[in-house]
Amino acid sequence: MEDKTIERSYLDMELLRFTTAGSVDDGKSTLIGRLLYDSKAIFQDQLEAIERASIKKGEEYINLALLTDGLRAEREQGITIDVAYRYFHTPKRKFIIADTPGHVQYTRNMVTGASTANAAVILVDARHGVIEQTIRHAYIASLLRIPHVIVCVNKMDLVDFKQEVFDAIQQKFHEFATHLDLHDVRFIPISALLGDNVVDRSKNMDWYQGPTLMYLLENLYISNDYNQLDARFPVQYVIRPQSIEFHDYRGYAGRMASGTFRVGDRVKVLPSGFTTTIKAIDFWTDHLDSITAPQSGTIILEDDLDVSRGCMIIPEENGVKQGQDIELMICWLGDKPMVPGGKYALKHTTNDLRCMIKEVKYKVNINTLEKDYDDKSIAMNDIACISIRTTKPLFYDSYRQNRVTGSLILIDEATNVTVGAGMIV
Amino acid sequence: MSKKVPLNHLRELESEAVYVIREVVAQFENPVMLFSGGKDSIVMFHLARKAFYPAKVPFPLMHIDTGHNFQETLDFRDWLVEETGVQLIVRYVQDSIDKGRVVEETGYNASRNKLQTVTLLDAIEELKIDCAMGGGRRDEEKARAKERFFSHRDEFGQWDPKNQRPELWNLFNGRKNLGEHFRVFPISNWTEMDVWQYILLENIAIPTLYFSHEREVFERDGVLYAKTPFLKMKDTEKAEKRIVRFRTIGDATCTGAIESVASSVEDIIREVAATRVTERGGRADDKRSEAAMEDRKIEGYF
Repeated sequence: MEDKTIERSYLDMELLRFTTAGSVDDGKSTLIGRLLYDSKAIFQDQLEAIERASIKKGEEYINLALLTDGLRAEREQGITIDVAYRYFHTPKRKFIIADTPGHVQYTRNMVTGASTANAAVILVDARHGVIEQTIRHAYIASLLRIPHVIVCVNKMDLVDFKQEVFDAIQQKFHEFATHLDLHDVRFIPISALLGDNVVDRSKNMDWYQGPTLMYLLENLYISNDYNQLDARFPVQYVIRPQSIEFHDYRGYAGRMASGTFRVGDRVKVLPSGFTTTIKAIDFWTDHLDSITAPQSGTIILEDDLDVSRGCMIIPEENGVKQGQDIELMICWLGDKPMVPGGKYALKHTTNDLRCMIKEVKYKVNINTLEKDYDDKSIAMNDIACISIRTTKPLFYDSYRQNRVTGSLILIDEATNVTVGAGMIV
Repeated sequence: MSKKVPLNHLRELESEAVYVIREVVAQFENPVMLFSGGKDSIVMFHLARKAFYPAKVPFPLMHIDTGHNFQETLDFRDWLVEETGVQLIVRYVQDSIDKGRVVEETGYNASRNKLQTVTLLDAIEELKIDCAMGGGRRDEEKARAKERFFSHRDEFGQWDPKNQRPELWNLFNGRKNLGEHFRVFPISNWTEMDVWQYILLENIAIPTLYFSHEREVFERDGVLYAKTPFLKMKDTEKAEKRIVRFRTIGDATCTGAIESVASSVEDIIREVAATRVTERGGRADDKRSEAAMEDRKIEGYF
């Protein structure tokens, strides 16, 4: 009987995506190495490989940081260049870590990692306290609306595990965080190197009664992380089997962006605005009663309407915003600066269109959180509030309300490279 | 007949992969799905069938055949094609050798693994393929950990790991210039365990090689290899019958077997849960150097 539970227990496991941010040398890689190591996600051959590499570099202990550097240039330079994804699981949850480098110039990677995260783990070096990078990381977590933020005050072993140090950092963080839109912030004193409060409770900090990092990651309440109120179904693809058995089948394939639809719901199809009823919701050979974000499925409508990729199905009485003049916060990702008045390709849900940059309202100094209304030049890693005009109407929600229908990317039409990440105000 | 599907982690991964596969069909004109006969490509193809049901999968499978396959893999491939009616394209490494496009490696560790890249890139050019989906997973190898879902390849089929397009939310940018193509990895976020659990959950058929069986094997550099006509044995090496199974299925010259009595998917899951070596630990192709995978990927490997 015991055996059965091993293979079947996974049916109750949830998925949690989190991002880790920290500055150079604050022990981020060590922390990730520790999580992987203590949750037994590191295999013998991987451990042997980094043991060999640690010895080669003349290091005293096994350098867990070496686990996370994937590319040759990273190993050579001892830095992390790109977002790397890591995986581990406990009996309760499967975790996906978007490990992002912390250098100033890599804001774009942090934004990338943050875009799909349920939680952000921000590292603060206990010796240095809250620094510019900390403010930047917290701001990005707030801008990208990561639902949960966990501030790990690391290297507590180097400050004699003193509570005053931890309390002061917590205080300082709260002071500037009042300017941010963070809703769930937790603080944990840890030593990634020694393992204190990462997976196992610290024996050196009796004064801390809160959870360990692993306990928090396993128990954060994430069911509310998707917008559950506003049903949005961007049509991705139309399924028409053209077979005798399914002669009249016309299904709209897609993934629920938010909320829930049920069979029998009255719905409106945009852009036409026609209303109809959901006749069936299929996935594979199953007929479902309902579909909830982030499920993929196929919706069949009662009436024969002209629906194609780029259309959006919404509840009859629950409106979505629409318009061609859009205000958004943008994080610039491109090598070349943003061109004022320039035209870019734009992707939003399953829609492809074009837009023109109309105005830069202000640029954010992400180290001080001040708005700069004078400097309108937007280069890589800059974050700004801009307005654009699109070639056709966009159906959207504000990013605050909906991370799927409120986000868009800009693409350089000459190089096809993604140059901007936009969050609709 | 109605049924509510709870969204546990496997269903969420499934939903994500289905979304990615549908995005490929919407964004590309001539996509293919690479198929090796291994469990990852079998799961990926299963997801494709789910994505388009009741319509047929709207793209062909493509097998780059090294000619050094286990017969079981080929039999399974042909059975699956027969069963599902999917179109299959096969391109042979042997043809690339005959045409002089590549030179066969020699010696005891000779493998056609690396040669596949040329055959694959030639096929992409010949058939004007603009997107090749692969079953690569980020947990397999550290160079793969930095791979995107939508991975751009230049006109030489090369990957530029230091200059990848940022990938945000679930907005996938598949725009490209003529002659360039994309590699798309729908099961990027799956681990080996997720794949096995999903095979169990969905009751997906897999080749018998994955299950425990008796086979003639010999040991080289700590790896158990099947005795096949494709792999030259040294005089000092002796083949003997052992009870083994394969954790990954690739070319017979570089896929190691493990001693195992796991004879069901449940057994395999228990074994994977207890094992302390990565699945690529038995792959000679990765052991060649620390950056072996990175180098092959840059050239245009799967």
